[in-house]
Amino acid sequence: MTTQSAEKYRLDGDTLPEGFRLPQSDAEDADEFFVNIGPQHPSTHGVLRIVARLSGETIVEAVPHLGYIHRGIEKMAENQTYIQNIHLTDRLDYLSAFFNNLCFCMTVEQAMDIGLPERGEYLRVMVCELQRIQSHLLWWGVMGMDLGGFTPFLYGFREREMITDIFEEMCGARLTMNFFRPGGSSFDAPDTFVPRIKKFIKIMYKALDEYNTLLSGNIIFLERTRGVGILSKEDVLAYGCSGAVLRASDVSYDVRKNDAYSIYDQFDFDIPTSTEGDSLARYQIKMEEIVQSLRILEQAVEKFPEGPYRSQPKAVYKLPKGSYYSQVETPRGILGTYIVSDGGPKPYRVKYRSPNFSNLSALNHAAQGLKLADLVTIMSSMDFVIPDMDK
Amino acid sequence: MSAETLYPLQNGIGNMVRSLFPESAFILNPALGLIGVVILVSILAAFLILLERKVVAHFQIRLGPMRVGYHGILQPLADGIKLLFKEFLKPKGADSFIFYLAPMLPLTATFLIMVIMPFDHHLQLADPAGGVLYVLGISGLTVLGLLLGGWSSNNKLSLLGAIRAGAQMISFEISLALIMLLIVMVSGTASLREIVLSQQGLIFDWWIFKLPFLGILSFIMYLVASTAELNRTPFDLAEAESELSAGYHTEYSGMGFAMFFFAEFVNMFISAGLATTFFLGGFLPPLIGISFVDGMLNAIPGFLWFFGKTFFIVFVYMWFRWTFPRVRVDQLMNLEWKMMLPANLLLLMLGAVFMVLGWAG
Repeated sequence: MTTQSAEKYRLDGDTLPEGFRLPQSDAEDADEFFVNIGPQHPSTHGVLRIVARLSGETIVEAVPHLGYIHRGIEKMAENQTYIQNIHLTDRLDYLSAFFNNLCFCMTVEQAMDIGLPERGEYLRVMVCELQRIQSHLLWWGVMGMDLGGFTPFLYGFREREMITDIFEEMCGARLTMNFFRPGGSSFDAPDTFVPRIKKFIKIMYKALDEYNTLLSGNIIFLERTRGVGILSKEDVLAYGCSGAVLRASDVSYDVRKNDAYSIYDQFDFDIPTSTEGDSLARYQIKMEEIVQSLRILEQAVEKFPEGPYRSQPKAVYKLPKGSYYSQVETPRGILGTYIVSDGGPKPYRVKYRSPNFSNLSALNHAAQGLKLADLVTIMSSMDFVIPDMDK
Repeated sequence: MSAETLYPLQNGIGNMVRSLFPESAFILNPALGLIGVVILVSILAAFLILLERKVVAHFQIRLGPMRVGYHGILQPLADGIKLLFKEFLKPKGADSFIFYLAPMLPLTATFLIMVIMPFDHHLQLADPAGGVLYVLGISGLTVLGLLLGGWSSNNKLSLLGAIRAGAQMISFEISLALIMLLIVMVSGTASLREIVLSQQGLIFDWWIFKLPFLGILSFIMYLVASTAELNRTPFDLAEAESELSAGYHTEYSGMGFAMFFFAEFVNMFISAGLATTFFLGGFLPPLIGISFVDGMLNAIPGFLWFFGKTFFIVFVYMWFRWTFPRVRVDQLMNLEWKMMLPANLLLLMLGAVFMVLGWAG
């Protein structure tokens, strides 16, 4: 038995995906058809589902549908203490687990007025910049793979593995690292930490040359990305984009510079921007960010101080009544944590401002009128991590 | 020297069959030849798959198959057994007859073309006078197979892949035909064996060097056009997994998939073999005019030269595949209709001018 509303949307026996207008059967767009890109599509990296309305191979509309990975992390947060909440954060955007930890801890620190020893701050900066590189390496490989070249994927993993090993030695985890605590981190860095980073920096510069030879300068790659998925300055600001998507469209905003947290103001690094706003610009900015992160790491390993890594820990955190917000610059953009406290040991409400969700909202605008293959290019250049947008 | 003394093996077998079964030798000899082709295709498919896996592994700083046999040498066998035991599923609503028929067409085409490949002076099953036309005609079967496979799968992504495959292969076949036509024109024959023989002499008598500029240019264009015709990266739009979640063979499993797959790999060998035939002197050794060296080169059997040159081009195809990203469908069409086709027509005219001037052969 079909319900009345299902009857209403029935068109030639096929149910129309929700959120779409019905074309008239004699209208010009009557031969348009819908194709699901995802949730189990090789280029959607997780369970993103994009319903693409195609006319031939041209995208008329690309509407993202969320909810396939929804785990209710913000709701779960209300039933966990603040310390317990930290381990939920690294499940959000697993490629920037440290940043998520950090952002939550910073909010708690802000509320409780907890300070950090210098070594703890350095540790945070170094670990986060390592992770930025690690995340960008995976993105680089995946972008190559999405454009049809499988080899970059494995090259990216080669260097990524070195960072993952450093993280494993430091905190035992290789993907969902759970390391930072209010007032510092859960452990001190091992003795091998600094030598391993020094070795990595050397290798990474060489690897970057190789990457550029393999992909960045390839004529096919340039043809596939140049002028594809252009977002203007007004667009990115209107959609609330952040990270490389924002900076590729000539908006120089990076939380590390413009709203400096931790000890980023002590380091000398640049924020790359571009005026093009296309997929190539986003690609080039991310590649340049790897270089800038290496610069920060170079400075940090030279000055890495001795001393305590954590200020006196507290057994139970009870945030004073009120609301608190802090933000960090993850590899994909601005991550914000908003906590409302009623004075108890558990938060009253937690809300994450995730970079991917806002970046995804610009996808339809960027992809309209382009080819199906360009949708994949744009998605890659925006570097989505789905659990983060679909909390 | 007569063919019998030069190539004793195949003529020996033929003579033996003729003396043992004088009545039915006219059936037995071709049958033996066909069995030979079947064996060759099977071995080639297995070997090429292993080769691809090993080549890509070394491109990607890894080892590839290592477990089954020495350095994974028995891996194709294991793959084959696995594929045999996998169920060949048909999606609901698919057109049964065409769905099962489609994978056979590309494989058939590979057998049919293999029949006229000139492996050596007389190591060729048939040498029709219009060999080039035959090759062009038969390779259309591959397009048909992919189109029908994608169309009958009852899947929009498969259909998109099939339409892309059809458009792409038919377009690039024009370029391919024009390049072949250039060689047919300068060599004055359409028989594959005669084309090879027209390059006799030194290495500079191969068409790639003999035609000033034109040879190397049309060789490169042949490589591009045949890569597109083969559906291999950077032109693997028909099976672009990141766009179409696999393309025309999304719904194929088990042996159905394997047949498409085998055909694709053997086709790669065939394309490389044709490049060898047209441009690199086929089974002829690369003589350089120094009698001592040439004597040694001549001592190596022709089919080894043929396989050596062919596998070098196969390696080039693999090199392309594992280093290039994929082009977009409209860029691919632009390449063919706005660049390759006019350029090929120009090449053809220049070739004619060269012939009139007596520069070509």
